[in-house]
Amino acid sequence: MLENIRLSFQGILSHKMRSFLTMLGIIIGIAAIIAIVSTIQGTNKQIEQNLIGSGDNNVDVQLYQGDYVLDFSYEPIPAGIPVIAQEVLEEIRQQEHVEDASLYRKRQDYDGVYYRDTSLSGGYVYGVDSRYFSACGLMMKKGRGFSSEDYAKSKKVCILDKNSEKVLFEGADAVGKTIELRGEPFVVVGVVTEKEAFEPVISTMDEYYTYMEQSSGAVYLPDTVWPIIYQYDEPQSLVLKAETTSDMTSVGKNAADLLNGYLSAEDSSIQYKAEDLMEQAKQIQQLSQSTNMMLIWIAGISLLVGGIGVMNIMLVSVTERTAEIGLKKAIGARKSYILGQFLTEAVVLTSIGGIAGVAAGIILSQIISRANGIPAQISIPALILSVVFSMAIGIIFGLLPSYKAANLDPIEALRHE
Amino acid sequence: MILNLQNIYKDYYQDKLVVPVLKDVSLQVYEGEYVAIMGPSGSGKTTLMNIIGCLDRPTNGTYELDGRNILGLNDKTLSEVRLNSVGFVFQNFQLMPRQSALENVCLPLVYAGIKKKERKKRAMAALERVGLEDRAEFKPTQLSGGQKQRVAIARAMVNHPKILLADEPTGALDSKSGSQIMELFHKLNTEGVTIVMITHDARIGEEAERTLHMIDGMLSEKKEGRGV
Ligand SMILES: Nc1ncnc2c1ncn2[C@@H]1O[C@H](COP(=O)(O)OP(=O)(O)OP(=O)(O)O)[C@@H](O)[C@H]1O
Ligand SMILES: [Mg+2]
Repeated sequence: MLENIRLSFQGILSHKMRSFLTMLGIIIGIAAIIAIVSTIQGTNKQIEQNLIGSGDNNVDVQLYQGDYVLDFSYEPIPAGIPVIAQEVLEEIRQQEHVEDASLYRKRQDYDGVYYRDTSLSGGYVYGVDSRYFSACGLMMKKGRGFSSEDYAKSKKVCILDKNSEKVLFEGADAVGKTIELRGEPFVVVGVVTEKEAFEPVISTMDEYYTYMEQSSGAVYLPDTVWPIIYQYDEPQSLVLKAETTSDMTSVGKNAADLLNGYLSAEDSSIQYKAEDLMEQAKQIQQLSQSTNMMLIWIAGISLLVGGIGVMNIMLVSVTERTAEIGLKKAIGARKSYILGQFLTEAVVLTSIGGIAGVAAGIILSQIISRANGIPAQISIPALILSVVFSMAIGIIFGLLPSYKAANLDPIEALRHE
Repeated sequence: MILNLQNIYKDYYQDKLVVPVLKDVSLQVYEGEYVAIMGPSGSGKTTLMNIIGCLDRPTNGTYELDGRNILGLNDKTLSEVRLNSVGFVFQNFQLMPRQSALENVCLPLVYAGIKKKERKKRAMAALERVGLEDRAEFKPTQLSGGQKQRVAIARAMVNHPKILLADEPTGALDSKSGSQIMELFHKLNTEGVTIVMITHDARIGEEAERTLHMIDGMLSEKKEGRGV
C-alpha cells in the first residue's frame, strides 16, 4: 500500500502539468464548496450574534396581549396579573438548564431623564433586582453595583450604561453626579458595559431597531425604588440565562408556562411569552441556507466534471501503460494488485486535488469575507469531509479505468508497442 | 518431467476467420534440460512460449507444469504460478524505465508480499548472480543492452523458479553482449535451472543440448540420429 502511494507520487510528478490540469476540476469544485459553506456559516453566526448577542444566552419573558408586549407606560394594569413573587423566581431558577434568572421592569421614558439640560430622549429605564447585571452579562465598568442597603432603604441611586453616560455627560465621568428622573434626584453610583463588545452588521430594518434599542441608552434603578417614580404593583418581566444557546427555546417556554399558571386575567390573550430569538435566527438562517444549497449543488457539478476528467486521464494512462501492465502480470502480479495500483493513483490524485482545493477555498472565503464584511466561519468538519469526498471521487471515477487495467490480457499488453 | 504439453492447438480468430497457429504441438522437457526452439518468423514460437509461461491458454490440448494441470487453474492461481514457478525473459527487456535495477528486480518480491528489507537482500543476491551488483542503483537508461537483459534475468530468477523461459533474449543485442548472455544461461543451467529459449540465431541454437524446430505451427525435434 505504502509502496503504491510512493509509486503514485512518482507517476504524478513525472506528468506534473497533466496531473495539475486533471486535478483542477477537483480543486475548483472543492474550493467553491468550502468558500460557500464558510460564507454560509459566517452569515449564520452573524445572524445569531445580531439577534441573540454574543453568547449570553439571554431569554426575555414578557407579558403580551396578543402579539404585542404590554407597556404599562400607557396602559393600566389589568386585574388578575399578580407581581411575580420571590418564591416563583426561585422555582424558575431551579428549572432545568436555567443558569440564572432575574426580574425587572422596563419602560421607555422620552422626557423623564435629565442631567442639567441634557435629556436622555428615548432611553430606557430599568428597575432591576440584585442578580440582573450578572444574569444579563453586564459588567461594572466603573463605580459600584447596587448594595443591599440600596435595596433595603429604597435609595435614590442609579447605574448608567455607557451609551447613556455618553449622551448625558458627553464624555465626562458620571460617577458621583446627580441626574434627574421624573423630577427626583438620583445619584449615579456606577456605569456598566457588556462583557464582550461586538459590532453588529446592520443590513435590515429589524436589525436596525434591535441595534437602536441597545444603543439608545439605559438607566438602571434598584427595583425597590420603582414605585416611587412610576407605580405600585407593576408586573415584572423575567430575564433568563440559559446554560447553552440551544437550551434557550425550551428554557423560555418552561418559564413562561410556569408564570402563566399564576395569571387570572379576564382577557385570555394576556400571556407571558418568551422572546424566541433562537427560533427567529433559525428561520432567517434557513432562508439563506436554501438559496446557498443551490450554489453547493452547482459546485457539486464542477466536482462531477472534475471526476470525469480524472477518469478520462486514468483511461489514457492505462492505454499508455499497457506494456507495463502486461509485464507486471507476466511476472506474477495479481489482478487485485493492478487494480489497487491504479485506484491508489486515482485516489492520490484526487486527494491532492482535494487538499489543494481546501487551501484555495480557505483563501477564497477570506477574500469574500473581506469584500462584503461578513466574517467567514471555516468549519473543520467541512474541511475533513471535503478531503474524504475527493478521495471518494478518486475511488468512484478511478474504478472503471483500474478495472480495465486489471483485466488487460497480458498477451495483448505485451505485444502492444 | 517438468514440462509436459500434449496435442496443443491454438487458433486465433480474425473477423470470424479462424487462423490456426499451433497445430498439434507436443513437448516434454525434463528438469535441468536446456532446450532451444528455432524457426521462421510467424511460425508460432512466441505463441507456444506464452502458453508455457501461463500467459495464454491453448484452444485444445493438455499442459502439466511440474506435475500440475495448468489448464484447470483460475486466474489467481495462474498468477501465482507465473510468480513462483516460471521466470520470463523478453527480447526487449521490459524493464520499468523509471525504476532502478534493484527496484526492477524487487518487483516479483513485492507481488509475493515479502518485507522490504528482505526484498532488498534477495534482489541484491539475484543481481550478484548475474554479475551486476555494482549497478544496483542504475536506471535502465544508464545501462547497456546486455546489462538490461541481465537485470531482466535477475528479475526472472529472483523467486528461484525451476524453469526459465526466454523469447529471443539476444535478439536486440550485439554478438558480444549476446554471447555474454549465453554464458549466463549456461551458468544458470549448470546450477540446475531448466531453460527453454527461442532464438533465430543458429549458432546460439547449437549451444543448447536440444534444439527444436517450429515450422508453420508444428514442432519437430532435430537431434543426432533422429530425423525430422
Ligand atoms: N492476437 C492475434 N490475433 C491473430 N493472429 C495472431 C495474434 N497473435 C499472433 N498471431 C499470429 O500467430 C502467428 C504466430 O505468431 P508468433 O508471434 O507466435 O510468431 P513467432 O514465431 O514468435 O514469430 P517471430 O519469430 O517473428 O517472433 C503469426 O502469424 C501471427 O500473425
Ligand atoms: Mg516471437
